[in-house]
Amino acid sequence: MSIGKSVKRVDGYEKVTGRARYTDDFFEGKFLIAKVLHSTVANGWVKSIDTSVAEKLPGVVKIATCMDVPDIEFPTAGHPWSTDPNHQDVADRKMLNRRVRLYGDDIAAVIAEDEVIAKRALALIKVEYEEYKPFVTVEEAMSDDATQLHEAFPKNILKHTAYELGNFEEACKEEGLKFFEGKYETQTVQHCHIENPISYAYMEKGRIVVVSSTQIPHICRRVIGQALGLPWGKIRVIKPYIGGGFGNKQEVLYEPLNAYLTTLVGGRCVKLELSREETFVSTRVRHAMTFYLKTAVRADGRLVARKIEGYSNQGGYASHGHALIANSTNGFRHLYQEEKALKSDVYTVFTNISSGGAMRAYGIPQMIFACESHMEDIANGLKIDPIELRKKNMMKLGYIDPLSGIECHSNGLAECIEKGKVAFAWDEKRAAFVNQTGPIRKGIGMAIFSYKTGVYPVSLETAACRIVLNQDGSVQLQLGATEIGQGADTVFTQMAAEIIGLQVEDVHIISTQDTDITPFDTGAYASRQSYVSGMALRKTAEEFKGKILAYAHEMYKHPIYMMDIVAGNIVKKETGKIIATVGNVAEEAFYSLTHSVHITAEATNQCKSNAFSFGACFAEVEVDIPVGKVKVLRIMNIHDSGIILNPQLAEAQVHGGMSMALGFGLSEQLLFDSKTGKPLNDNFLDYKIPTMLDTPELEAGFVETFEVTGPFGNKSLGEPPTIPAAPALRNAIFNATGIAINKSPIMPEQLVSKFKENGLI
Amino acid sequence: MTKQIKCTVNGNLVEVFVDVRESLADMLRNKLYLTSIKKGCEVGECGACTVLIDGTSFDSCIFLAIWAEGKEIRTVEGLLGPNGELSTVQQAFIDEAAIQCGFCTPGIIMSATEIIESGTKPTRNELRRLLSGHLCRCTGYQNIINAVEKSL
Repeated sequence: MSIGKSVKRVDGYEKVTGRARYTDDFFEGKFLIAKVLHSTVANGWVKSIDTSVAEKLPGVVKIATCMDVPDIEFPTAGHPWSTDPNHQDVADRKMLNRRVRLYGDDIAAVIAEDEVIAKRALALIKVEYEEYKPFVTVEEAMSDDATQLHEAFPKNILKHTAYELGNFEEACKEEGLKFFEGKYETQTVQHCHIENPISYAYMEKGRIVVVSSTQIPHICRRVIGQALGLPWGKIRVIKPYIGGGFGNKQEVLYEPLNAYLTTLVGGRCVKLELSREETFVSTRVRHAMTFYLKTAVRADGRLVARKIEGYSNQGGYASHGHALIANSTNGFRHLYQEEKALKSDVYTVFTNISSGGAMRAYGIPQMIFACESHMEDIANGLKIDPIELRKKNMMKLGYIDPLSGIECHSNGLAECIEKGKVAFAWDEKRAAFVNQTGPIRKGIGMAIFSYKTGVYPVSLETAACRIVLNQDGSVQLQLGATEIGQGADTVFTQMAAEIIGLQVEDVHIISTQDTDITPFDTGAYASRQSYVSGMALRKTAEEFKGKILAYAHEMYKHPIYMMDIVAGNIVKKETGKIIATVGNVAEEAFYSLTHSVHITAEATNQCKSNAFSFGACFAEVEVDIPVGKVKVLRIMNIHDSGIILNPQLAEAQVHGGMSMALGFGLSEQLLFDSKTGKPLNDNFLDYKIPTMLDTPELEAGFVETFEVTGPFGNKSLGEPPTIPAAPALRNAIFNATGIAINKSPIMPEQLVSKFKENGLI
Repeated sequence: MTKQIKCTVNGNLVEVFVDVRESLADMLRNKLYLTSIKKGCEVGECGACTVLIDGTSFDSCIFLAIWAEGKEIRTVEGLLGPNGELSTVQQAFIDEAAIQCGFCTPGIIMSATEIIESGTKPTRNELRRLLSGHLCRCTGYQNIINAVEKSL
């Protein structure tokens, strides 16, 4: 049995020795270097572009510009392709663009013999712009003064969706209700994976090969094909180990351009690597969102009616677009069930800042910051314990979402809360922290969340797997699902060992995906792989095991149902007595003079279910009021992600999510100049991701439930850890100081100003 | 302009022609094929390219290759025993699940090696300070500190 064990990472040795091959480690031979020229205005047109001087620079091989790229607009989002045109992603950009929509848009690319020449050539390209006034906020973008960024989207509204369950206005007429309203704002943040986006492209036998640091190789292939107007089979994508993605590499941004560039130089190998500054500005960010929440509640804390109005700052390009805030409002509906009515109205609006895309937990951290801050405000207003308020209204087992049909089959949320409450001595501390005076005050807060697993029923959920027998009875395991650091390869190895009955050491997972060879899967996003790809793996492994036992039956005559495979041995089910090893069967199957067969199995599984995972974060802080400094004294996430497949790796995943949430809550914000749209802090010195010194000890806990729809009782865990910490910290600061901060990140500047406003300083 | 330099890399004397503008990180990666050198920012912010130069950790991306003349340079590749045995801290990174995407890992291991070889016993908080030049986005540093602390 290997599920539930802390099996060590299968890629551990390679990674600690520097031998694990990432994209940049693939080529040791000669290649050309490509660099992208980015716009230095945020809103406008490229009137003319003069490359004549740059072209004369020795070592420049080719220059492509927005004037001559194929006239094809393509979608970049890493969603599964939809055969329904109404459900396809917005195609709103070419590989290089004349219409400039952000400071840092892609307008030309140089291919040169080396990096220095490429950079010098960029500086020699002369660009003339027609400039328009840039706008960086949603309010400006929706005003009459704003220029329209995309022809198809009047008022710069990418999409607006609304729904109402029950009748909000009617429900609010009930006598004795109390009303709470609040505006909650979250900021633009960036993924900050340490490996910048990078790809190599070259041609082989008339096809284009792209080696890329991507979370989604099969989707990458499709988008390259679409962008270049080529049949998708003409493209081959190879995905090596990647240095983090967090959703930013669930988008196909520079691979199409690089694929195009290699075609301009006769298929010679071209390397295109972004700098850190380019990654900050010209890839993707987490959408800044603003929510207006209104809630009608009875004095006993029962929610009666809720309204959510939201605005998502999309930046220049549609990317994943409205799917983010749509997910936010769905998540808002899922976490709490009001008695009578829920009204939702959400907008996604183009602006001239960096484009928002997928980032770990896809719109939910923003919404939970708003929702859980609001719940705290309600608890405070009603003088009810915040935990009791939440427990009274939160999702219960058996809940069926009226809009998506997703059912709650397992729910450990109450236990998660209880675990945190006990660990933090909640009641004692809440009592101890009332009526504090003086400059240093302590507070305790918490927040909860629910999160889906995968994207069904909104989009396709499909995965495929292949298992191939070796002569010694070991196997190769291959999936289109990708290792991006989360430990997928290790957990898949455990799954295959578990179902077939092999030792973990006898399962050899092929980490690299190659779209020519690897079975189809849409890739790493939506915390889907251990669930959706796990289902495909289980199906394939069961089929494979059946084939091994069938061959063992030929050899040993025992009925198939009498036999099992345990730890690499064919055994009698009843007694456990060993009949032979899988290696014995394999050798015979390969080399039999009467019945030689190479035993393999391959299966696709279309997943038509989803599962809610849950969790809570508890935080204790100390606030230094005169300087507005927050010290996190203790922080703990407790998760219900169903059965935990690998406790040690699961815990590590939780730590990482918490760290990202600490940055979101307390220190990170990507800033743009309001007049020019120019990014102001696009580097690691000025953009503050938590360092070791900023990070407190991170505690992780689990409540294990059995999720019946999951292949191993499991449900999502990759993204959820990054959801609840920011509002938990906000609520702890509220508890300490009585000041409700409704805007993230909660930095000293904002705190000091709020403390002054409220007479604390 | 190129220049020939002589230095010791992981115990071996090497002679390399380098561009005078080239970083040590590029020299180690591109000329000596030491793939443990990772580049995350190229301006000394992230620490992924950390190597030991005469026993002291440096960001090799902001150290010119020509400055390596006569120096002794060590990378993660040099920590292995003759049969591929891992050093104590490398093994601890595996045991403590301190690795995720693995991109920051070799650099942190080199800084940790410097601390361990110093023979001092820093506290957990001192370790946080000593290693704070390394950015990691996957782990929240929790298991990294556990692994280094265990290796002291």
